[in-house]
Amino acid sequence: MSNYVELSNLTKIYPTPKGDAVIVKDFNLNIQQGEFITLIGHSGCGKSTVLSMLAGLSEISDGGIILASKELSGAGPDRGVVFQSPSLLPWMTAYENVMLGVEQVFFTASKQERAEIVEYYLTVVGLADSMHKKPAELSQGMRQRVGIARAFALKPKMLLLDEPFGMLDSLTRYELQQVLIELWRKNKITALMVTHDVDEALFLSDRIVCMTDGPAAEVGEIMKVNFPRPRERKAVMEHPDYYKLREHLIEFLEVRAHRKPPTATPPSAPLKQIVPSNNNVLNPV
Amino acid sequence: MKSFKFDWLVLPFIGIAVVMLLWQVSCATWAKDLPTPSKTWETSKPYIMEPFAKRGEMDQGILRFTWYSLILVAKGYALALIIGTPIGFFLGLSKTFTKAFDPIIQVLRPVSPLAWLPLGLVLFMGAGKNASELGALFTIAVCSMWPTVLNTAVGVRAIPQDYLNVAKVLKLSRRKTLFKVLIPASLPYMFTGFRLSLGIAWLVIVAAEMLTGRPGVGGFLWQEYNALIYEHIILCIITIGVVGFILDRLMSVVEKKFKTA
Repeated sequence: MSNYVELSNLTKIYPTPKGDAVIVKDFNLNIQQGEFITLIGHSGCGKSTVLSMLAGLSEISDGGIILASKELSGAGPDRGVVFQSPSLLPWMTAYENVMLGVEQVFFTASKQERAEIVEYYLTVVGLADSMHKKPAELSQGMRQRVGIARAFALKPKMLLLDEPFGMLDSLTRYELQQVLIELWRKNKITALMVTHDVDEALFLSDRIVCMTDGPAAEVGEIMKVNFPRPRERKAVMEHPDYYKLREHLIEFLEVRAHRKPPTATPPSAPLKQIVPSNNNVLNPV
Repeated sequence: MKSFKFDWLVLPFIGIAVVMLLWQVSCATWAKDLPTPSKTWETSKPYIMEPFAKRGEMDQGILRFTWYSLILVAKGYALALIIGTPIGFFLGLSKTFTKAFDPIIQVLRPVSPLAWLPLGLVLFMGAGKNASELGALFTIAVCSMWPTVLNTAVGVRAIPQDYLNVAKVLKLSRRKTLFKVLIPASLPYMFTGFRLSLGIAWLVIVAAEMLTGRPGVGGFLWQEYNALIYEHIILCIITIGVVGFILDRLMSVVEKKFKTA
């Protein structure tokens, strides 16, 4: 199967007065169409940087990204982004917030059709009764539902989620994970999500990409998650492999994320690059 | 409840009483030329009781004068907003623009209306009959524009990156970004600027009318000073203060409306 998304030697360097700070170095990852990938790693390791380069919100210092056989440059509504904070415009209702994007993407559709799209997605995320409320009148969880609806309503080629549930309490988070996975399954959208929640990653992903610590973060290891879909939280958690995988992830985050390059061979196709030994020379800090 | 009423109703009256007393005492002791409160009331009565009377060009009811002044202020203020808001936006959006124009703004900002007015009169000397009005408008606009300019710029700079990211991700056009994101996001700051600008515009009007001799509260004040009717100076001062206070309250109501949005 050909790759739908290719991140090759993706690098992010911030120039600082003390010299260049290398945040992400030679990040390589191929994603198949319809795959759900999570990017996991410690806070500040650069996983959000990778995502924001994909979203076009952060400039790519080196390397490149190909999405659906086209090299990316800049941001665009072909990638639906769900931000960590819902990022809704507070002077617009939930409906208007979603409509803002829908108008942009479906500018040839009739008014009626656009209204149907907006209403459909807001209903699917469970906001049928609150779609004409302003964000201030919605709970944090509801706001993030709007954020999800906004991203899906664009019918994007790819979905990018930057710790979308990080600010929610765990019950709401479970609910929203369910909403997200349902929508994803129905729409068959390729998704990349950044998280530091191990259970969230296991529940949602086809593959989990573990990142090493920054500076010069890169792919540490890639783990395949083969729980049958559609997934039920209970079934997933009771799956015989669940705790093995969980242990493995935690062990990576606790021990191997700090070391580079990791010596263990990834269980899945080895996509990681063997980093040359002069790697440390590039680390300014 | 009782203490609430005491705080908000009784205390201001005590304050007023204290000031009146000081006024009365001053009249009796060191300021012999200052009209007493009762004499001020006596002389001002026709102007207050018949607030819209028109007995002559410079002899009209106080509210009629106020009305003239308000109209002039409204024109000058509108001019200030129309010019000031876009400048503020450019300052907020462009670092180059800021570097180029911020120094000159900082230099022009503290210049007094009394300094601008002669320049305004010179600028519109050719306008003949309208010269004094145009000069006054110019002065009001130039003096009251700065809070709008600076607050708009601050508001634009303070727009959360999240909102800008939304605009970027959705690839909104420049127009749409301006009207759907930038303007609504900076409105609360802009209104703070608008309120401060209105305060200054009202300050300037008095100076402008005094110098140009236009009918209005300020013009009336200056004329009555020359006519040695000092009671009317006090009447004008009180009127100017009350009107300024009301304008500020009105603007802050509007401002609050936008703060919650």
